[in-house]
Formats: sequence, C-alpha cells, structure tokens
Amino acid sequence: MMQKGALNVQKIREDFPILKRKMSGGKQLVYLDNAATTQKPLAVIDSIHDYYMNYNSNIHRAVHQMAEEATLAFETTREKVAKFINARSIEEIIFTRNATEALNLVAYSWGRANIKKDDKVVITEIEHHSNIVPWQILTTEKNAKLEYIGVDDDGYLKMNEYKKHLDSNKVKLVSVTHMSNVLGTIVPVNDIIKMSHEKGIPVLIDGAQSVPHMQVDVQKMDCDFMAFSAHKMLGPTGVGILYVKKEILEKMPPFLGGGDMIKEVHKYETRYNDLPYKFEGGTPNIADVIGFSAAIDYLNNIGMDRVREHEIELTKYAIDRITGVKGVTLYGPRNTKDRGGVVSFNIGDIHPHDLATIMNDHGIAIRSGHHCAQVLMERLDVSATSRASFYIYNTKEEIDKFIDALDEARRLFKI
Amino acid sequence: MSDDIYREIILDHYRNPRNKGKMANPDVSIHDSNPLCGDEIDIHLKVDGDKIKDIKFEGRGCAISQASASMLTEMVAGKPLTSIKDLTKDDILENIGLTNLGPARIKCALLSLKVLKLGMVQYYANKDPASAKKLQDDSKGL
Ligand SMILES: Cc1ncc(COP(=O)(O)O)c(C=O)c1O
Repeated sequence: MMQKGALNVQKIREDFPILKRKMSGGKQLVYLDNAATTQKPLAVIDSIHDYYMNYNSNIHRAVHQMAEEATLAFETTREKVAKFINARSIEEIIFTRNATEALNLVAYSWGRANIKKDDKVVITEIEHHSNIVPWQILTTEKNAKLEYIGVDDDGYLKMNEYKKHLDSNKVKLVSVTHMSNVLGTIVPVNDIIKMSHEKGIPVLIDGAQSVPHMQVDVQKMDCDFMAFSAHKMLGPTGVGILYVKKEILEKMPPFLGGGDMIKEVHKYETRYNDLPYKFEGGTPNIADVIGFSAAIDYLNNIGMDRVREHEIELTKYAIDRITGVKGVTLYGPRNTKDRGGVVSFNIGDIHPHDLATIMNDHGIAIRSGHHCAQVLMERLDVSATSRASFYIYNTKEEIDKFIDALDEARRLFKI
Repeated sequence: MSDDIYREIILDHYRNPRNKGKMANPDVSIHDSNPLCGDEIDIHLKVDGDKIKDIKFEGRGCAISQASASMLTEMVAGKPLTSIKDLTKDDILENIGLTNLGPARIKCALLSLKVLKLGMVQYYANKDPASAKKLQDDSKGL
C-alpha cells in the first residue's frame, strides 16, 4: 500500500537495524555515505537469510521443489525490476554483478560489434570511472575516438558542445550519467536522448545514482540502455541491472559464454538461449537477486516521488547550513530541482581525508576522495572533495551533527 | 582522537612544508600515488657518493601524507642512501608522532617512505642492477 505525505523517517529508521549502531567512542552512527552504498532494511536481510535457510538451490536447471522455488523467487525480482523502471518486458532486464559490469557488457558486446575506426563515443566530464574506462578500452582497440561533453562552473553540462559532437556525424554512441555522484547534477537526459535519436544514435544512461532516488521510466525517457546497482537502493551488493531495448538486445552478441546462456552446445557451435538469459552466463548471484526483491517492495511502498521530495528537503537544508560555514566551497548546482541528495564540498585547506577522519570521531560516515571521478576532479582543479549523501532514513538532526563536526574541524585546523 | 592527530607540528609541516619544491638536475626523481585516496608524492634526490646531498619533495594530499613527507626529508637529508632500506613503518610513525593511526590513514603516512625507497632502488638500478635488486628485496614488507 503506497503511503502519502512526508516520510515517517522515525518509523523507517526502525527497519534499519544498523542505524542503531554505536561507533568507537560511543557515538551514534550518522550514515551520510549513501551515494557509495545504502543500508539494507531488515526485510532484505531476512529474505537472503530465508533463501539460504530454506530453499538454497541452483536455478533454471533442476526440477526439484527447491530449485523451482528459487527460480520463481529469482524471476520474480526480474519482473519487479522491469516494472520499477517500466521496461516493456522481462526480456529487457539482465542481471550483472553491478552497474560497472552492466556498462562493460554494453562496451564489450554492443560496442565491439558496432564501433569502428574513426567512430566517436561521446561521454561527459562528470562520469564515474565505470563509464569512462570501458570506452577508453573500446575506442583504443577500435581506433575510434572518445569525446567529452564539458561541464560548466555551476555543474551543468555544456549542451552546445554536445550539439557540436552530434553535428560531426561520426558519433555512434552517447553514454551519460543521469545524476552525477559528485556534483549531484541531474542531467537533462530527455533532451540528450531526443537530440541523439534525431541522428539515429543510441544512448546509454548510467542510472546508478538516479534509479535509487527518483522515478525513472525507461519508456518515457526512451533510452536504449540503462545500468544501475541494487546496492545503492537498499538492495544487496553483487547485483547490477542492465536494461536494453529488446530490438537492440536481439542483435547483440553474447557477453560471457558458458552455462545458462545456451540452448544447445555442439563441438564447434552453440545455439544461444532466449533473452535475457543469453547474457547471463554461469550461476548468478541468486541469494542477492532474491534479496533485491524486498528492497524494491520497500521503495514501492514509500513511493519514489516521496523519496525524491524527502531528499530535496534534506539537500536544501544541508546546502543552507553548509553555505553558512566559513571557508566552505560547494560544488554543483544550487537549485535543488536540478540536483540529487549529494553535497560535495571543500573547506579551507583541510584535505577531505583529514575531514573524514574528524567526522569519523563523531560517528559520522562521509566520503572523501576523488569518488571515482578523477576526470571531474581535474576539471574542478581539486585532488579530492568531501561528500555527504542522503537517503530515506536521514534526518535534519543528522545534518546538524554533521555541521557541528565541520565546526570542530575548523577549530582543529584554525580556520 | 583527531586532537591527537592534528597537533601543531603536523599542521605546521602541512602548511609550511620543509624541502618542498622542484630540483634542477636531480640524480633521481620518483613519483607514486595512493590509488585509494589520490595522495601524490614526488621525491627528487641528489646523491654524492652514497650520501643524500639534497632532497626535495612535491605532492598533494592530506595533512598526514604531506607532513609525513616533509618530516621524512628532514630525517634523511645527509644520510647514506642505502640506509633508507632499513627504515621501517614504525620509524616513520614515530618520526611523525602518530603511532595509533587506523589502517586506512597509515597508508597516507607511509606513502613518502615508499616513494623514497623506490627512488633508492631506481638510483642503484642505473648504476649497479645487482645491488639494486638486493636493495629491492631487502626493502620489501613496506
Ligand atoms: C554514477 C555512478 N555510476 C556507476 C557507479 C558504479 O557502481 P558499482 O560500483 O555498483 O558498479 C557508481 C557508484 O559509485 C556511480 O555513482
């Protein structure tokens, strides 16, 4: 039953046992590293436990009862994922290990078959390494070119640069993140896809930071590929999702050869399995895919629009408070409409790792470093930033504690 | 905890690093970074006989990594280059006065020693590959 109005955060927190944890020094955990991975509700933990306790078996092959139960549970997750992002069918949903593997699957399978010498692949300066390195490997192998859409000082993509790339008529793939894991920037993917499709160019969306935090509809968006990770949306680690439009998937060569992805194997040839199984070689992460089901149920119960509203409110509050702290440089768009619940910043000459150490003394988990986005770090001309990122269980009181710890850092560093 | 780490002396070396900067015609220059956090250190050496005649470092990163590099240059200036191989993790942590760093932050403190050891090996690799190999083996376990 979907709920209405503001989130009942206190009630939500009850479902996450880890949030009660005391850190060394007896401080209550304040978890603000949700862009890296989110915590898991009891329902997810219980469902994995239940699988191993009661029906652990391999899927798709055996006919015994437990195998049937496991197969059913595994495939139920696929149906829920398809519905969650509004895919047309379960044939379009491929399970991988994580978003990184999903992005690599596109590069190795679709990319190798379609990118040729002098073709261009267009990405952006705000990409995570997982949406840069596979394209470097592919374009190097194929003697093709990798091109970037730049980002302006306010954290917005330079759409005129994008237009120029498209006008070169050499672009064969556009691969962009939906939301920056550093700046929080929500990228205008609808415009990007529309412009690209006018030239017949497919678009891959890295949804690792968007699918967990807002309503994402792959049919409305009309992306051709989308990758995301279960562990960033209350689910277990070890489960990634690749969505591919069926008509594209039908033409893609397989990725990993082996069991489960075949129909018949003969000495020198193989008939591949139907979609999506053709792309899922080997025994998958059965337990965690099953656990992911409970995470989707949990988010559906809350409703993704309410998740987004809660994060906008927290982000607004955090930005208001942090801009009042002396010495702070804030990165990314100021308008919360254009950004997700990720706040990256630097303060004085305190290196982010030193800040994270000080925060840790207060039981506060934030992220510091290059956030797997060194191309963006170079663009911002910093070696690292500190980052606080929010989710459904975070509160304004936690942000207050975070600001208090910032003040403590200023005291220690005499800023 | 943080009060113990971010003491006056660490902040002083962080903000006013000793022996920091470029070096004209170094005998050896070596660069390394910590992929975990992106801290970077370059060390340049001038060697006279077996003596470290001049040492300079460049780098960017956290207070611990940069202060540790600054203090290391003071510690080894004028010493025999081969003596670097005997420097241990504990020597460095004692030198900077931070003996209870967590595993993640220890890497920050030890980056400059790692670079210096690499520099030592490289210096001898150009002259006497056999002894360089032995130095490298002796310096393991960093
Ligand atoms: C924007 C973005 N893309 C991709 C990834 C990679 O996700 P994973 O490490 O789960 O493969 C991340 C995770 O940090 C991310 O933030």
